[in-house]
Amino acid sequence: MSPSNSVGVVVPRSVDFDEPLTLKSGASLPGFSLAFETYGTLNAEHSNAVLVCHALSGSHHVAGVYADDPESVGWWDNLVGPGKPLDTRKFFVVGVNNLGGCYGSTGPLSINPQTGKRYGADFPLVTVEDWVAAQARLADHLEIRTWAAVIGGSLGGMQAIEWSLQYPDRIRHAVVIASAPKLSAQNIAFNEVARQAILSDPDFHGGYYADYGVVPTRGLRLARMVGHITYLSDSQMAEKFGRQLRHGEHKFSYDVDFEIESYLRYQGNKFAGFFDANTYLMMTKALDYFDPAYGYDGNLAAAFARARASFFVASFSTDWRFAPSRSREIVFALLHNRLHVVYAEIDCDAGHDSFLLDDQHYHALLRAYLENISV
Amino acid sequence: MTEQERRIRAEQRERFDFAVIANWIPPGERVLDLGCGDGRLLRYLNETRDVSGYGVEIDHDSVLGCIRNGVDVIQMDIECGLSGFEDQSFNHVIISQALQTMHATERILGEMLRVAEEAVVSFPNFAYRTNRVAIAEGHMPVSEDLPYDWFDTPNVRFFTIVDFEQLCARLGIEIRERLAFDEAGHEVSDDPNLNGSLAFYRLGREA
Repeated sequence: MSPSNSVGVVVPRSVDFDEPLTLKSGASLPGFSLAFETYGTLNAEHSNAVLVCHALSGSHHVAGVYADDPESVGWWDNLVGPGKPLDTRKFFVVGVNNLGGCYGSTGPLSINPQTGKRYGADFPLVTVEDWVAAQARLADHLEIRTWAAVIGGSLGGMQAIEWSLQYPDRIRHAVVIASAPKLSAQNIAFNEVARQAILSDPDFHGGYYADYGVVPTRGLRLARMVGHITYLSDSQMAEKFGRQLRHGEHKFSYDVDFEIESYLRYQGNKFAGFFDANTYLMMTKALDYFDPAYGYDGNLAAAFARARASFFVASFSTDWRFAPSRSREIVFALLHNRLHVVYAEIDCDAGHDSFLLDDQHYHALLRAYLENISV
Repeated sequence: MTEQERRIRAEQRERFDFAVIANWIPPGERVLDLGCGDGRLLRYLNETRDVSGYGVEIDHDSVLGCIRNGVDVIQMDIECGLSGFEDQSFNHVIISQALQTMHATERILGEMLRVAEEAVVSFPNFAYRTNRVAIAEGHMPVSEDLPYDWFDTPNVRFFTIVDFEQLCARLGIEIRERLAFDEAGHEVSDDPNLNGSLAFYRLGREA
């Protein structure tokens, strides 16, 4: 039984697009398919649609559960549902697996129609701009001319930003949480460590590991461990694990001594069991490349000149991956353009991952903002 | 006074304060409201004078209140200045009964006249008659405009109309208009430092 404010059992869908898509890199995909889910009902005016964009490892499965797996709760289920902050009684909510993903949308694990084999390393690098262009095709397919809101955390927030720039008249509100207008050198450095972990795994085979029937699990595991450190705050790690010992004493070996080691290994193993290495590489590159100000001599305010949306921007006090100062960069660029913006800096102990939690104040802010959106 | 009377009185006073400020804000202007609380003043200015703008607020619940009021708000600490806000990007910047709650008085006044053409400042006058009486009797004053006990006050700077005007002179800030009111809300012209409980200023940079 799902609780009364769950969207309940959901069924993923898929849509094929036959028109070629030219990517930012100059490469082209002959066609592609996107996996998506929807919750709630599109109103007669088609004015109540909200797109939820996922971050690095998310998917189209935002809310609800699958009939055959009661454990398969959507990744942002605490936000989306009847009576929840993103209320499915009011909004028609769409979740999508991004192009290049590994949850059903066309990606490196898909068959390349030109070779009859899996794309592997031949899958072109896609960017945030490409994701948004692909999402626009999905919007067309669903007959959604304008999103009431596009919402996302972290890399998802970058997609909300990109929507406001690429399709200024197709988005009324951009909800940008725990995000940044571009990665810092430190952010890119962490991504590079994660990539090198995968690229140097002997099972990587230059990205064609599927042809060898193997998976670069060691690299993926390390990549996820590094990533996970950056998602948590120092204080939360100290509180959760401290220097707790797994076996109650120092073992003087390289096996797990401290609980934090056990936790990271667990997270790494779990992730390596289901996520595609090529997709991970590509997602981190999409993050690195995202920089709307790049074509404007680094002037973010100039980049936002074409935006028309109203913005909700939020950051978390203990997020050091995308610290509050990064969100303020976005806010002041919006201010320069005299756009509507609400900016909240939320006290939360959980670091970057705070955006996924149901912190009471955080959800109250989102609820209040979303309630004021007319549909 | 019953709780309801107190509430009605507070609402009347608030409307009065808002009206005084609104009178100085021409319709259609862009304003920045520092320490905007739940955004009520901005909402009032928007509804009555088609004014657009942003509030700045540090308190979490107040930020939530702003969102509920449909007011654009930026959560940050004004004590750290207004870096990020561009020079002369607003017509008016307002600080309504919040200057006395901040430490960096000089910096804030300077920043206000950096980001806006004109500043509107209101604050409780510590030298108001009944406040003097309270001190003379050996107590910190509690009044309509200083409604807090000394051990529970958000105020950290206690100053008078005379003090404020001296500071403005020292900082090269031009006082373009001043209004003072007693506790009943009547405008006072005779010795405002003694008879004024609440002071309102329109400030600019000396030419």
